[in-house]
Amino acid sequence: MEDNNKARPVIELQHLTLGYEDRILFNDVNIDFEMGGFTALLGRNGTGKSTLLRSIVKLITPLSGDVLIGGESIKTLTTKDIAEQISFVSTEEIKIPNLKVFDVVGLGRAPYTNWIGRLGSEDKAMVYQSLDMVGMLDFADKSVDKLSDGERQRVMISRALAQDTPIILLDEPTAFLDLPNKYEICLLLRKLAHEKNKTIIFSSHDLNISLELCDNLALIEGGNVHYGTTEMLINNDCIQSLFKNTQLFFDKKNMTIKLKIK
Amino acid sequence: MKKKFHKVYFIIIILAVIILFGCDIIFGSVNLSLSEVWSALFNSDSDESIQTIIWRFRAPKAIVAVLAGAALSASGLQMQTLFRNPLAGPYVLGISSGASLGVSALILGLPLLGISFDSDIVRNIGVVGAAWIGSAAILAAIIAVSTRIKDIMAILILGMMFGSASGAIVEILQYLSPEGALKSFVVWSMGSLGGVTTTQLTILVPVLLVGLGISILLIKPLNTLLLGESYARSMGVNINVVRRLIFVSTTLLAGTITAFCGPVGFIGIAVPHMARMFFMEADHKTLMPASMLLGAAVMLLCDLIAQLPGSEMTVPINSITALIGIPIVILVIVKNKKIF
Repeated sequence: MEDNNKARPVIELQHLTLGYEDRILFNDVNIDFEMGGFTALLGRNGTGKSTLLRSIVKLITPLSGDVLIGGESIKTLTTKDIAEQISFVSTEEIKIPNLKVFDVVGLGRAPYTNWIGRLGSEDKAMVYQSLDMVGMLDFADKSVDKLSDGERQRVMISRALAQDTPIILLDEPTAFLDLPNKYEICLLLRKLAHEKNKTIIFSSHDLNISLELCDNLALIEGGNVHYGTTEMLINNDCIQSLFKNTQLFFDKKNMTIKLKIK
Repeated sequence: MKKKFHKVYFIIIILAVIILFGCDIIFGSVNLSLSEVWSALFNSDSDESIQTIIWRFRAPKAIVAVLAGAALSASGLQMQTLFRNPLAGPYVLGISSGASLGVSALILGLPLLGISFDSDIVRNIGVVGAAWIGSAAILAAIIAVSTRIKDIMAILILGMMFGSASGAIVEILQYLSPEGALKSFVVWSMGSLGGVTTTQLTILVPVLLVGLGISILLIKPLNTLLLGESYARSMGVNINVVRRLIFVSTTLLAGTITAFCGPVGFIGIAVPHMARMFFMEADHKTLMPASMLLGAAVMLLCDLIAQLPGSEMTVPINSITALIGIPIVILVIVKNKKIF
């Protein structure tokens, strides 16, 4: 099975234990995230979706275990090394007056620019290209505080694209959006994953959208992470486990969530 | 992009600094004509008393005004971005009070213990050192707290608490102190740009240049910090190094100015907002030099007003900076614009 031209997994979680002093979220998790594809990270509130994403970009130190990026431990990688491999879109709302869309996206070039952060002609081309990919080219001169939530999220995704990394992690990118915008953003991310060959992992509460659009799912349940293709997780009843102790159940046939009592 | 106008704005501000610098040398409690000032500056065999006034008092004072304005504004801008708080500044966060506490411990506390200084240099270095230690202590306390408490208002209130606590200790020291020490402390605390001697300038100038230099090196990390610490780190910024550099730079800038000029309030908080209003930008490549230059201009203006041209009286500089700075701070609060 080995060595059949299959690239090494891009992100490997090895015996990863995450949590805080008083509460352990995951214990001894082992997952290999495959190169490429569009993956949703699902799980109920407080199960540690955000913690998991943040630990991969080294914003949180694991209690034990390790994360490997392209085969190298993040313990030995510098913040700059990681910044060239993974870009991150956090839940932070950026609403600074007079901060131009172009400048926000330009910040994505930070790992590559000089000491003062001057954008060269290549950097600028990259910024415009990234804005174009998310359909925000006409907004380059606008101030970020004047954008709608959906537009702002596109800008933050564009910033991640400008960082030019093979992997993009997003923490609940659709959280504040209405339903059409949620679909728009997810379709955009899927397109980027497939057309630009990026590995995109995002955390979400939108099960329906994830089931429809994602290649893979990572499901957090009871301190464990189940990872596999969407089809696989539907068939082995992992999705069902998300609704343990609730009034809901997952209707496999129709791919929808239903109330147990009518 | 409208960056073309930036050059024009910068030229206007630089011209303003040059003109105000000239005015600050020409106007003072002794009335001098333009030609008298000119010959004192460029003609070595002109009237000696005028030469003394210009070279020993007015020129150093104008230089101190430029440096103080630039230093306080640069440290204020760094504080505002680091704490993501439009109301942060060396004075509001109690960093200037910390410096005062350090200086008062030196000027008032040591005589109480029966220690006195004879050497001028030792005394000067002592005052600066004490101010650094005091401001660094308060800054360290605020940074330590700010990693636990994310609430902006809580940090500001804590800064004020630290400031009040230092104020209380200073008052106790004042109460206990003999008249001589007390007088020199009160004079120091009223704040004055003119009190800086040429000897002190040799300490002040290099230290402030180091502090301002670090501020310029911090432009790129400060820009990434606009998006918050998570984003900054995810873009490859070593946040611990950057925090330490901001810490050192602010201590050097705010601490040194407080040591030599007394607590000068509201420049550090108000001037970065003036820069934002002028340039309509958030990029530190613009805001950092703009704040430094505007700070220099505002400080020169405050000094000119403080001398009450035409009269022989001089009012304390920090009353003027407060009267000019506070309206801008109120404007920021009233407009309630979310800066971060």
